[in-house]
Amino acid sequence: MKAAKGIVFKYGDNVDTDVIIPARYLNSSDPAELASHCMEDIDKDFIKNVKKGDIIVADKNFGCGSSREHAPIAIKAAGVSCVIAETFARIFYRNAINIGLPIIECPEAAKGISQGDEVEVDFESGIIKNLTKGTEFKGQAFPEFMQKIIAAEGLVNYINHFS
Amino acid sequence: MGMTMTQKILAAHAGLDKVEAGQLIEAELDLVLGNDITSPVAIKEMEKMKVNGVFDKDKIALVPDHFVPNKDIKSAEHCKCVREFAYRNEITNYFEVGEMGIEHALLPEKGLTVAGDVIIGADSHTCTYGALGAFSTGVGSTDMAAGMATGKAWFKVPAAIKFNLVGKPQKWVSGKDVILHIIGMIGVDGALYKSMEFTGEGIKNLTMDDRFTIANMAIEAGGKNGIFPVDDLAIAYMKEHSKKPYTVYEADEDAVYDEEYTIDLSALRPTIAFPHLPENTRTIDEIKEDIKIDQVVIGSCTNGRIDDMRIAAEVLKGRHVAKGMRCIVIPATQSIYMQAMEEGLLKIFIEAGAIVSTPTCGPCLGGYMGILAEGERCVSTTNRNFVGRMGHVDSEIYLASPAVAAASAVTGKISCPCQL
Repeated sequence: MKAAKGIVFKYGDNVDTDVIIPARYLNSSDPAELASHCMEDIDKDFIKNVKKGDIIVADKNFGCGSSREHAPIAIKAAGVSCVIAETFARIFYRNAINIGLPIIECPEAAKGISQGDEVEVDFESGIIKNLTKGTEFKGQAFPEFMQKIIAAEGLVNYINHFS
Repeated sequence: MGMTMTQKILAAHAGLDKVEAGQLIEAELDLVLGNDITSPVAIKEMEKMKVNGVFDKDKIALVPDHFVPNKDIKSAEHCKCVREFAYRNEITNYFEVGEMGIEHALLPEKGLTVAGDVIIGADSHTCTYGALGAFSTGVGSTDMAAGMATGKAWFKVPAAIKFNLVGKPQKWVSGKDVILHIIGMIGVDGALYKSMEFTGEGIKNLTMDDRFTIANMAIEAGGKNGIFPVDDLAIAYMKEHSKKPYTVYEADEDAVYDEEYTIDLSALRPTIAFPHLPENTRTIDEIKEDIKIDQVVIGSCTNGRIDDMRIAAEVLKGRHVAKGMRCIVIPATQSIYMQAMEEGLLKIFIEAGAIVSTPTCGPCLGGYMGILAEGERCVSTTNRNFVGRMGHVDSEIYLASPAVAAASAVTGKISCPCQL
């Protein structure tokens, strides 16, 4: 995946993994089942409205809390193509990379993008375009080995390929 | 430019003389941990890897503790998956019901975590083992899978914040108040990606259980790890519990810290985190209104150790929980349970109208054993008070020490033992 384009779902600070996927559903590890409850404690309508390719944009510390990989798995399985945030909690950051969910830290984009905007992200250049508002932002570029993990769509494929 | 304690441990495990903040390294792992929620995902991922089994059957710990004893059929399937993997790979440190406990209380007790180790665990509170001078951090299931397969993990070397602890805590102030105070001060992302390095003469006034509680909640400030210097008390703990060799690392005198704080432990007051973030702290003196409580939970990887049981029992002895109060006490391991029984603490809890449960993470993450209904409030010694964490999306969690939790169970509102 080199680029993403979709409609934005916008959230605030400290979106935690308990609201991304509540623990009461963690007796399952099936991606489709997890996706059906994604974000439900913070946004009941998310799963009804999200379409394949849509983008989540949030303010600081997205994905804080539990280490549950079920959180990025649920987001990815819900069809989200990219998460942009001012900052990410560190375990969520690793988990997203490891399962091949593209995420980009960009404080300016987090501020300059609103709910419902159409946004395009180029992963190679890190350029984020707000097509609705006609603005453009430069997101943080990944170091080379991380780019390889993303290109392999996750750490497992990366390990299989390189070791 | 010198290295922090964390940086020295990481350098040694990466085969490097020196590392600096921001550097990407690959480190050898001394222990890889998983539980019944995260391990099934890791096992599935590991099966996709072209590897033959685990890197070292003695350096993996599998602890079903979240929804154990199995709360429903799906949980039972997860536990079965972990159990079969453990048997198939002859994992030495698999802990079945009857041997288990809450992972972060259990592993130090079993001597599996010692100073100088690099430990990853597919559970965010893996940072607990920093209390013994280990580098330990939470990861997800794929990192756990890669760790189990290769014995290695990649890290970005963290920068650090130094917390200089001075003075001695007052009666009814414990490790929980120290860490809630810090999180209230720096915020839930105040230590994002960074080490929280604790130092100072005040550490000698903190018990090992206080230190486990403090290191445990480093993640609640966004920290990569929390770490304590290895003093005589930590060495005595390791000698009592472990046969593993340990290595003591000390921060260089010229180590660089992004920020430094001095915290006078003698000035701290019982501290409570209000809904819905651990940073929403108030001291007991700042709470002017009556906050009525429906449930109290005393337990978890944060506060389910013997010190916590003793403090709760000291408060509940000869008293009774308020009418309508559900007070749930969960010793974190079988050994703590046994010790609490031998010391007569369980009798005190039961006579006070509390219930005592077998070790489980259950209520902390809204799994089972104490789910909240709409509008209900709980004072809990656990670590997170996020929206819906313990049940209904419109319930509320107030994080506090065992002393405040026990006193609140007696009065039915948020209280300190000094107010009884």
